[in-house]
Amino acid sequence: MTNYITFSAIQNDLKSGKITCKSLVEHHLSRIESKKNLNVFLSVYADEALAKAEKIDEKIKNNTQGRLAGMIIGLKDVICYENHPLQASSRILDGFVSQFSATIVERLLAEDAIIIGRQNCDEFAMGSTNENSAFGNVLNDADNSRVPGGSSGASAVAIQADLCQISIGSDTGGSVRQPASFCGVVGLKPTYSRLSRYGLAAYASSFDCIGVIGKSVEDIALIMEIVAGKDDFDSTVSSKDVPKYTQNLTFDNNKKIKIAYIKETIENDALQPEIKTAINQKIAFLREQGHTVEAVDFPLLSVILPTYYILTTAEASSNLSRYDGVKYGFRSKNAENLEQMYKKTRSEGFGKTVKERIMLGTFVLSASYYDAYYTKAQKVRRLIQEKTEEIFKEYNFILSPNAPTTAPKFGSFSEDPIQMYLADIFSVQANVVGMPAISIPCGKDNENMPIGLQIMADFFEEEKLMSFSDYLIKNS
Amino acid sequence: MIMKDKYELVIGLEVHAQLQTVSKAYFSEENTYGSMPNTNISVLTLAHPGTLPKANKTSFDYAIKMGLALGSQITEETIFARKNYFYPDLPKGYQITQDKTPICIGGNVIINLKDNQITPENPEGKTINKEHSIRLTRIHLEEDAGKSLHIDGEEESFIDLNRAGVPLIEFVSEPDIRSADEAHAYLTEIRKLVRYLDVCDGNMEEGSLRCDVNISVRLIGATEYGTRAEIKNLNSFSNVKRAIEYEFERQTALVEQNITFGQETRMFDATTGTTTSLRMKEAMNDYRYFPEPDLTPVVVDKTWIERIKNLMPALPRALFLKFTKEYNLSDYDAEVITAEKETAMYFEEMCKITKNYKAACNWLTGNIKGYLNERTLALNQFPISAKNMAEMVNLIDAGKINHNIAAKQIYPKMLENPTKSAEMIATEDNLLLSTNIADNEAFNLEVEGFIGEIMANFPAKVAEYKAGKTGLLGMFVGEVMKKTKGKANPKTVNELVVKMLAL
Amino acid sequence: MIINKETLKNIAHLARLDFEEKEADKMILNMNKILTWMEQLNEVNTDNVMPLIHISREINVLREDVVKPSLSHEKGLLNAPKKDSNYFRVPKVIE
Repeated sequence: MTNYITFSAIQNDLKSGKITCKSLVEHHLSRIESKKNLNVFLSVYADEALAKAEKIDEKIKNNTQGRLAGMIIGLKDVICYENHPLQASSRILDGFVSQFSATIVERLLAEDAIIIGRQNCDEFAMGSTNENSAFGNVLNDADNSRVPGGSSGASAVAIQADLCQISIGSDTGGSVRQPASFCGVVGLKPTYSRLSRYGLAAYASSFDCIGVIGKSVEDIALIMEIVAGKDDFDSTVSSKDVPKYTQNLTFDNNKKIKIAYIKETIENDALQPEIKTAINQKIAFLREQGHTVEAVDFPLLSVILPTYYILTTAEASSNLSRYDGVKYGFRSKNAENLEQMYKKTRSEGFGKTVKERIMLGTFVLSASYYDAYYTKAQKVRRLIQEKTEEIFKEYNFILSPNAPTTAPKFGSFSEDPIQMYLADIFSVQANVVGMPAISIPCGKDNENMPIGLQIMADFFEEEKLMSFSDYLIKNS
Repeated sequence: MIMKDKYELVIGLEVHAQLQTVSKAYFSEENTYGSMPNTNISVLTLAHPGTLPKANKTSFDYAIKMGLALGSQITEETIFARKNYFYPDLPKGYQITQDKTPICIGGNVIINLKDNQITPENPEGKTINKEHSIRLTRIHLEEDAGKSLHIDGEEESFIDLNRAGVPLIEFVSEPDIRSADEAHAYLTEIRKLVRYLDVCDGNMEEGSLRCDVNISVRLIGATEYGTRAEIKNLNSFSNVKRAIEYEFERQTALVEQNITFGQETRMFDATTGTTTSLRMKEAMNDYRYFPEPDLTPVVVDKTWIERIKNLMPALPRALFLKFTKEYNLSDYDAEVITAEKETAMYFEEMCKITKNYKAACNWLTGNIKGYLNERTLALNQFPISAKNMAEMVNLIDAGKINHNIAAKQIYPKMLENPTKSAEMIATEDNLLLSTNIADNEAFNLEVEGFIGEIMANFPAKVAEYKAGKTGLLGMFVGEVMKKTKGKANPKTVNELVVKMLAL
Repeated sequence: MIINKETLKNIAHLARLDFEEKEADKMILNMNKILTWMEQLNEVNTDNVMPLIHISREINVLREDVVKPSLSHEKGLLNAPKKDSNYFRVPKVIE
């Protein structure tokens, strides 16, 4: 079976009878099996998926199928799917079975999508290399000695290796875009509140976004059209209407636009040279087309990361308090009293990175330090948002790399935590301000590893973002 | 030296009231008491990964209603906050509450204290009602925790999360309270108000109303506060009083002996009437409050407030004034009637029909209350409508039925036949006194006949009466009433007897 | 040096985490590095800047007070590490 780049191609072959949902599922199940060494799927819902496929094939015969009939989807292990395990790649949720489905999942299922399995990730979505999973590393299919990125590493590899057509991941600081760029696929983080967070295991509530990873922008647009919008279960979800994304994917190249890039991101010595070259090529192309591409200053660039880490660790420290061994999940056998039960359960159940971030978050929220760190960071966050909005008053998009390098080798990040944090430098801005951003493939480096280009747009401008991205992919 | 003369109590109360909404604070499962353990739960209550809260609109309505009744300022824009701590009955590991933006700020709880101090206004030191205002710091919305059951002999505690997520309002008072009596009065007033406003059933035994006491002592006349203790686990008004009294003794003793003590949380033991310290480690918690990112700000505009204002029922204080000033009831009677909203409303219904407020009051506080107490019933279970009771009062006043007959024959029959009015029953049983003049004349002649008979039977008494023993009038009237089988209007009989005896 | 052994112990207790000696030392080292790095924020002038609290622009998102079907008793206790037919069970809470 071919590697279908677009879902519309799948639909055509389903219509013509060349393939069936069943054969699609069988194909992906065997791909998953053959690529087991990549450690992408923690659970594979083989029987279920096959049974569902048969039902949908019937529906197709009667022409009563949903818009996603034939769409094979993988869910990152932070997305709730009723009666299926959920672990956030952590031991602390050993044995846990979700008792409800995320709103996003319900909407996908309502249109006859098939959920094929649960994807590995960094524990509680904390990490940039998928090396923090309690269930082992995920390997980059382009080079097994390299990381896929994180935290939605497995979700990106699943698309890269054609294990499913769409992955639903989560993006709190770049966790969908960065792995998408490391794996040469497309990853979208929508505007904060565009998608309901109900059913997304929380890491940092005011940063978390469910994100979509796919082989093409048009597939992602279709998913967005179906899952975005108001939800009774999420208070923060936006009440704005959802545009028909799939009908507005054509970028009008005759309308010349203004594009910015933050000087210190591309004109940066720490940036891998091939990435710089690739992005500059894109910039040159755009200029040839008559669009304006200009460097802008962003003096607050260096404080975006510390702001991000203060606030996300704070929110995470609170969001992860519920993992206490009382109501569900893992409980330590070594506890003699209640206090020990809490401490041992959490210390044994959580991995190193998670514990470190909980400690940091607890510290910045503690009484004596709250104003100095937390309140200060909230204020700087407002400044960063205002300054970014100012750029969008003049420009339609902001271009940047996703990461300073392409996918590094395993164990690259030494024991120095700050070095790892700095790798997020380009991706966190979109989460800090809440704006949408996408990563699209942008060539390869000298080792043939994928390079990704990040494009950020103003609030709720997913339509423009996706049409522009699609244009770039197809034309440059 | 008596401690009470040297030291004064400084008390602030934190009262939690469970709001009687239909669903919980942040999710739609049922808010109800007494269900089997862990049956009113949801994925949010259990803090499952991926769950999100959504605030209950009615809980805001109730909180605003409460604030308006107490003269608080309603905050225009409020947000929620997380209070972080670990306890098995707190599934999320944080409580969603309000920290920097409580829905209500300030306000007063007016209490009535009995005072018999000799003052220029009260030179004889009579016991009078003195109004006293306890200031409120704030009222805010939050959620309740579940219940942990610790049973002797068991090695484990049992957790029931039915109560987790039930909406609460917390009243925080300024440290204005100076005695156990004041604390009791304050609690009574809050209980009365939450019931009047239908926001909470005020049932301390079931835990829908709870109270923590912050208490310290200081020398009388001092302006600085002493070290305070927070007393928890008080499940009745009387226990609040006992705890305060115990703490006063305990703290003054320590201060007298110059023993310094730190701020602490103490638990009250109802069996011994004492308080014991919780381990300091638990008490000194850093709750790391920060704004709740999963709930949106709530903006309370003037329209919202007006809507709530229009839905406010009459409040006990206003009704008390109406009943004493307009209806001329005694303070005591007005207090009894306004103690419960149901009683006041029933009374108001009666007063729509009869202007004999005193009589209506007597029936309500006497016969009706007696009936209800005997059968442990609530007023809404009383069979006779306020309308029918009031019409009976009017009937008596119009002279159409005799008061004694009403109480002994008509009222009991109305209890058994609640749909029948007093007039119906009096007619059926031939108990109506005639007010028709023509009938009256004939009847009066009959009565005069009876009077004549009695005077003839008791010549000695007639002589004594004429000699000045006017007290005997009652005896004559009584005899006549017997002859008329109680059907006569006692007033008319009285007049006729007097007339005839004067001849 | 923002965090010392004592602070670490207190923070760990607040977070209900336990660290062995070696882990604790490592944690202190890392946390100090990170917290110092975070102090860069002090170089930003935030006079008269209001903290940004909510990223979503929605306000007054409230639920009508109605009961909706939720989780059954059995499903609620399904995932419990320790339970009986009615309750979640934990080691006894010592008051």
